[in-house]
Amino acid sequence: MKILSIDSSGLTASCAITEDDAVLAEYTVSYKKTHSETLMPMIETICSMTDTDIAGIDALAVANGPGSFTGLRIGSATAKGIAGAAGKPVIPVPTVDALAMNLWGCEDLVVPLMDARRNETYSGIYTFEDGRLKIIRSQNAGPVDDVIDELNDLGRKAVFLGDGVPVFRERIEEKLKVSHCYAPSSHNRQRSACVGVLAAQYYREGREISAALQSPEYLRMSQAERERMEKDNDRL
Amino acid sequence: MGDVLILGIESSCDETAAAIVKNGREVLSNVIFSQVPTHTIYGGVVPEIASRQHIEKINPVVDEAVKQAGVSDTDLTAVGVTYGPGLVGPLLVGVSFAKGYSFAKKLPLVGVNHIEGHICSNLIEYKNLNPPFLCLVVSGGHTHLVIMEDHGIYKILGRTMDDAAGESYDKVARAIGLGYPGGPKIDEAAKKGDPKAIDFPRAKIAGNEYSFSFSGLKSAVLNYLNSCTMSGKEINRNDVAASFQAAVVDVLVESVRLALKNTGIKKFALAGGVASNSALRTAMGEMCKKTGVDFFVPPPVLCTDNGAMIASAAYFKFIEGRTAGLDLNAVPNLKLGQTEVFS
Repeated sequence: MKILSIDSSGLTASCAITEDDAVLAEYTVSYKKTHSETLMPMIETICSMTDTDIAGIDALAVANGPGSFTGLRIGSATAKGIAGAAGKPVIPVPTVDALAMNLWGCEDLVVPLMDARRNETYSGIYTFEDGRLKIIRSQNAGPVDDVIDELNDLGRKAVFLGDGVPVFRERIEEKLKVSHCYAPSSHNRQRSACVGVLAAQYYREGREISAALQSPEYLRMSQAERERMEKDNDRL
Repeated sequence: MGDVLILGIESSCDETAAAIVKNGREVLSNVIFSQVPTHTIYGGVVPEIASRQHIEKINPVVDEAVKQAGVSDTDLTAVGVTYGPGLVGPLLVGVSFAKGYSFAKKLPLVGVNHIEGHICSNLIEYKNLNPPFLCLVVSGGHTHLVIMEDHGIYKILGRTMDDAAGESYDKVARAIGLGYPGGPKIDEAAKKGDPKAIDFPRAKIAGNEYSFSFSGLKSAVLNYLNSCTMSGKEINRNDVAASFQAAVVDVLVESVRLALKNTGIKKFALAGGVASNSALRTAMGEMCKKTGVDFFVPPPVLCTDNGAMIASAAYFKFIEGRTAGLDLNAVPNLKLGQTEVFS
């Protein structure tokens, strides 16, 4: 199946056209955060270079969060616009799952770390078994110490990747007891081909939804909601 | 050229809206999803929450607009979208969606200035109204006195130096416990109060008789409320609302009267969310009647943020060939009449 995928969850803007596990085109830019200006022209370019008409694709896929709130919405709204206009389904792919796909085939623990600010990380723990991504700990938001504790409990070698690595590396070195390494930067950022290939698998599992229902998983409340809840809790 | 059908999309603040307009003036559908209930508990629009709701509502709102218009989506000629001014998060949802939609449908894209949209709501309501005319755009985010000289050509006579008129309504409504949104609540309360009960200041801006300032008025209301509390004097909320509203209306009417007199323009249009305010509509209507000026004001559904006004403004840009590229970005501080920054 042919999928047009988008990942604008972080600093990297990326889009791809994949057919099952083959990448027809992928366009990835890690330069400045101007996704709203760059993403759509990038999509137009890969479509034109591969003679792809939107009518000829089977589904849209989008890195569905977590990530930068604004970045997620640019990707989401773009996908919703294309899918809504063309009557195509959307396959939401958890951002951290797609990041783990960067290290396909790795039999150690694959640990994507995204910088979630406020001293937290968006992360998950994965490995590959029989060529398939296996989720050991689903993506979540929390302190890096929780991830480190769990890795110490699991007692297996870990490979880290993601834009959270430079932020948390010192802490990892300080507390992590198991053997570990860090993916080179060529392999540690969001790539839309990974979103697309994983989306094909999720589609076979029936995880596609209508364009109207697609909405990012922020894994976090807005600041206003958080402050309001804290105030309510203080009152109780 | 055959009929031009434009899908207009608006998401610059707390309304997710879409409409189909034929030839710039005939509304075939106008769907508005208001987030007001969501933001009421916060006492104002929370940009992040607004952005999240836009994402959830944009597809159903656009689909409903196409359905209600009774046209096939293959009949559309172009897509128009608000790209500023407004809140950047909410704007980006509409802009990104519109780009994806127009790309997939192979339709031209038109970037629309939100304030220009408000002005064009008058062109929808009055089929024979054409520029030049004087227009006062008053809303929660904007207070602009402009001459629409021609389509896309605006001369800004004055604007607010601080709070927008609608913003001052919200702030005063909060202070006297009327809640959000302040415009309709103060308008209601004012009907039961005495506009002469309290003499609030009518601010003038030195050097520009067409500019406005509402923060001083808001402070005067707050000071009045404080002094009542300190001296144990009972506060009559209806009187405060009526007196505050009278001050706002006086200032707006006086500026418009002066501008009409000095420019000799005989057509005046009111636009924007605050144009729904009954006291303002009445006072402007009376002043125009007295001075022999034709008065135009859209019905409330075209005063609030809506997609029809965006589609109308997009039409007049589209027929002049002023379309946007797929690199169209949201411009939160977009100025009226600003030359397009996109290709």
